[in-house]
Amino acid sequence: MSQRSIAVVPRGVLVLFAVGLAAQIGLKASAPPPRAAAEDLGPAPSIAALRLASFGDPVALGKALMLYLQAFDYQSGSKVPYRDLDYDRLEAWLARILELDPSGQYPLLAASRLYAEVPVEAKQRSMLEFVYRQYLLDPNRRWPWLAHATAIAKHRLHDLPLALRYARAIQRYAVADNVPLWARQMEIFILEDMNELETARLIIGGYLQSGRVKDPAELRFLDERLKQLEALTAAKIPGAN
Amino acid sequence: MPIVASLARATLLEAVRNRLLWLAVVVVVIAFGLAQFLNQVAITESREIQTALLAAPLRVAAVFIVAVFVITSMVRELSDKVTELLLSLPAPRSAYFFGKFAGYAMLASILALLCALPLVPFANSQGLVLWTLSLICELLIVTAMSLFCVVSFAQVVPAFAAVAGFYLLSRSMAAMQIIAGAPLQDPTLTDRVVNAVVNLIALLLPALDSMTQTTWLLESGPSVSTLGSVLGQTVLYLVLICSAALFDLYRKNF
Repeated sequence: MSQRSIAVVPRGVLVLFAVGLAAQIGLKASAPPPRAAAEDLGPAPSIAALRLASFGDPVALGKALMLYLQAFDYQSGSKVPYRDLDYDRLEAWLARILELDPSGQYPLLAASRLYAEVPVEAKQRSMLEFVYRQYLLDPNRRWPWLAHATAIAKHRLHDLPLALRYARAIQRYAVADNVPLWARQMEIFILEDMNELETARLIIGGYLQSGRVKDPAELRFLDERLKQLEALTAAKIPGAN
Repeated sequence: MPIVASLARATLLEAVRNRLLWLAVVVVVIAFGLAQFLNQVAITESREIQTALLAAPLRVAAVFIVAVFVITSMVRELSDKVTELLLSLPAPRSAYFFGKFAGYAMLASILALLCALPLVPFANSQGLVLWTLSLICELLIVTAMSLFCVVSFAQVVPAFAAVAGFYLLSRSMAAMQIIAGAPLQDPTLTDRVVNAVVNLIALLLPALDSMTQTTWLLESGPSVSTLGSVLGQTVLYLVLICSAALFDLYRKNF
């Protein structure tokens, strides 16, 4: 269908269009920008309701919900401190998102690197426990977040037994080849920090004997570490050597 | 003008003969039944659950019915060459446009009132009045947008896709603006560009996300100033979309 020239359009229509456009832009530009408030974070819907709402595509809904959740933390113009969020609700949302998208790493990244770093110890601990519980469901993929949780427990909370529990879980359950040496050895270093040298020595010895260590550099490193620990242990026990 | 009134009456008659109002009644009854069923399931807040689960689907259903009816009716008229016949009458094209728009607007208002009926036992009266007026405004915007799209595209699928996209985008724009303006790190150039584009699109869309809120039915109801802003937005957007549709209609060679 061909078009006629603009000249056939009555001038009143053009004026009305220009006025309408300018007024619409003016109205929207003068309106305050939309903002989310921390207290607005509602309870997480049930997983059944979310699955229904996903129309058979839970991963896409999980990703979208993560962005929605993120909008409660950081808003255009002003940052709402994470500590203002209701952490029970936050945990429920993160858990639902992980149920929708179990292979997604975003919720655990947010939990361990954002929400667990608030200056409120109770909230930090609850988020670390959340990461720990979720880690146990898929250790080979989720170990980096528990490793970060271990670091927070050790360096921020100064709670070595908690850090040890997390590090031990990594050592025990994260058995995939791609789990690096440093992550698997966190337990040993924390035991050293706790001055439990004998236990650390036994763990390295057992680790070497298990045959799980294949890399020559890793073997050499562990061997040297074992010798150092043996020397330290001997120095601590009077009459040894 | 008599031609505007005649066209409006004919459009409304078409809706009645298409059994559109019966369809609306059936939708309302089904929604009411569903809400009653869910009321039996709910342990607490049953009135709120009933109201919310009636209001939200009815709002979307009304928008869907209006958009589909406007688009299919206009396309059928174009295919049957009725549009050409009507445009050959000694009246400006704007009379044809406003006649059709008036007919669809009346239908939209009737639909909004039908949707409000099942909410009467559950919602507070002031909130329900404002909700209904806001739904009429929302349906008028959708009517104008459907007319604009069908005049521009002259086919059902592209016109309906454009209206659906417009409606969904308008309702989720505020959330998108918050997300776009919330990078976790320092915003990069790409973040700023995306943010600017989202804000630019938001300027051109009506604030449908702040219209016809279910919360108005549950709590004490919004102030009259809320209705003022809804009406203001509706008038402005109708001027914009109707003039854009008229621009397209005048340029079209039939």
